[in-house]
Amino acid sequence: MGGGDPAGMSLCHALASGMGGIRTAGDLVARMQLRKMRLPQAKRYVADRLGVGLLDLTDSTVMRELRAELDIGVVTGLPGAAKGIAAKARIAELLDVPIPCVGPQ
Amino acid sequence: MAIIRTRMGDGHAVSLSPDELRRDLSDGSEQAARRAHIVPLDDADLDRLEELFSHPGRITGVEPGHEVVLTKDGCANTLYSGQMSSGVGVPLAREQGIRVMERAFGFDTMEVGHPDYSFKPAKMLLALEQLSMEQAQLDCVVPLFYGAMPNMGLYFRPDGPFDNPADLLPDGRVEEARSAQLEAAEQLRRDMLYMARGMNDAGADGIDFDTTASAGDAEFLATLQATEEIAATTGIAVEVGMATELVLGFHGELEYAGRRLAGMWPHQQLEVVQAAGAHVFGPAVTTDTGRSSPWNVARACTFVKACTEVAEIPVHANVGMGVGGVPTVEVQPNDVVTRAGVALVEVGGADGL
Repeated sequence: MGGGDPAGMSLCHALASGMGGIRTAGDLVARMQLRKMRLPQAKRYVADRLGVGLLDLTDSTVMRELRAELDIGVVTGLPGAAKGIAAKARIAELLDVPIPCVGPQ
Repeated sequence: MAIIRTRMGDGHAVSLSPDELRRDLSDGSEQAARRAHIVPLDDADLDRLEELFSHPGRITGVEPGHEVVLTKDGCANTLYSGQMSSGVGVPLAREQGIRVMERAFGFDTMEVGHPDYSFKPAKMLLALEQLSMEQAQLDCVVPLFYGAMPNMGLYFRPDGPFDNPADLLPDGRVEEARSAQLEAAEQLRRDMLYMARGMNDAGADGIDFDTTASAGDAEFLATLQATEEIAATTGIAVEVGMATELVLGFHGELEYAGRRLAGMWPHQQLEVVQAAGAHVFGPAVTTDTGRSSPWNVARACTFVKACTEVAEIPVHANVGMGVGGVPTVEVQPNDVVTRAGVALVEVGGADGL
């Protein structure tokens, strides 16, 4: 992205163009891009693994429920929900990709 | 007649008529096309940009379904650092900042990065950087990069051990200047590998080489060589983000995979970055402060589109201060920042920002 004050740069792009991170499925699509998948391919892969439509990937209402159901980490502070490494272990299994800090699959 | 209020490349407001807006968009694209021998934006692209800049709202956004992945050089550092990095001086630890960016700001990825954000100073602190990465990985869900700049300029006197080409070249000592750059590039390559291997051990998801080729073709070569080795020997992803649109030939004769690096434009940079095995490419297009933001955004979109039309890996366009059509000004105007990002996604075809 680049440099700039957080409200002028980071937040602007996050709200105008970003996928939404763990509010939605942004982290999941990002993980597929780290496997060299371009954006349409990465979104399609994640949508298929989640069993949702492409527009659902950035729908915070849909993804909040689905992330809680799959226990892959939710954005709000939810007692008992998987966090950090535990959430990522489930994501590695869900997406069928290795995550370095979780360990080889 | 409708008046479009937008910005100059230095951030100051400017008013354009619809004809002036269209002319600036067209001129900016033509300038990029002429310099890099690439295709200018077509009428549909210019129509979309015109619509974007004519939109009366203060900020704008991509259409639903067009959202892209965000990667962020400098990352949480902007929360706690000072003016030199556009930081806002909030008393947060780096690890807390990463959590804020993930959970409060909704970022898709995040980075651990040394406050000085260059490999040379960071390598002394690898063990501490690894601890930060490990702790952040325990807490975070989003993919975490380790980010730093190759910043080969730090390896030359008076900051480093090698003769400074900027002192040698004015004296006509060309061969000595070239040798000094090769020596510095080799040390830089080793430092980048040292840090990347350390971060691989600490469980990082990726490494971000930010502002690559800031010191020209020798720095680019070192980064490509490091990328090749990391991609071949570790499990972490490599993002190569560039410093500007043209690789400067401070050495002038260096090649990678049979391609001369000096004078490469973004679509050519992409080809060698891809060949080296990188996972994400970040083209950078420097803002001209004397031109309007529409001119700069159209120019940036032209360069980025030439990349995205042929890329085999994701392209994350740089849209920070002074690049990607974003004004070169310390506190960023939201109106142009949102339009620049949206334009690079919807017209430039970027996979991410």
